[in-house]
Amino acid sequence: MTTAIPFIPSLIIATLLVIGGIITLIGSLGLLRFPDFTGRIHATTLGNTLGTIFVLSASIILSWYLDDRVFFHEIVIVIFLFITSPVSAMLLMRSYTLRQERIENS
Amino acid sequence: MLDYISLATQFAALCFALGIVICTIRIFKGPSPQDRAWGLDAMYVNCMLLILTLGMQFRTSWYYDIALLIALFGFVGTAALAKFLLRGEVIEP
Repeated sequence: MTTAIPFIPSLIIATLLVIGGIITLIGSLGLLRFPDFTGRIHATTLGNTLGTIFVLSASIILSWYLDDRVFFHEIVIVIFLFITSPVSAMLLMRSYTLRQERIENS
Repeated sequence: MLDYISLATQFAALCFALGIVICTIRIFKGPSPQDRAWGLDAMYVNCMLLILTLGMQFRTSWYYDIALLIALFGFVGTAALAKFLLRGEVIEP
C-alpha cells in the first residue's frame, strides 16, 4: 500500500463493498430464478440500485481518505442511475403488458 | 497489516462477474424479447460496478469516466430497445 488508510475507515469501506457485492449478486440470482417477467424486473431493479449505492458510498469514503480528487463523479453516477433505472424499467414493463394484451386479443 | 480493501474489492469483483454470467444466461434463454433487453440492462449495471471496483483496486481515478460513459450509453441502448419493442419504431415521426 502506497498511501496508508487508517484501520477503521478501511474496515468500513470493506464492509460496504462486501454488502454491495452480495446484494447485487442476490438481484442477479433473482433474474435467473423468478418464473415471471414481472418478478425478474422487480428483483433486478432493487438489487442493482442498492448495490450501486453501497459500492459508490465505499468509493466516496475511499476518495475522501486518499484525497487526490473530489468525489463529483460518484454523485453524478448515483443521480443518473436513479433517474434512468425506473424509466427503462417502466418502458420495458409497458411494452410487456402491451404484448400480453395483443396476444390475448388475437 | 492485512489489506482489507483489496480483499473486499476482489470479493465484490467476483460477485459482479457471477452476475454478468447470470445475465448472459438470461439473455440466451429468455422466453420473451423483453427478458433479453432487461438482461442487457442488468448486465451494463454489473459491468459498471465491476469497473468501479477495479478503479478502487488500482487506486486510480481514470475508471470513473469510463463508468459514467457506460451508464449513459447503456441507458440509451435500453431505451431504444424498449421503444422499438413498444411501437416497432425507435424514433416516432
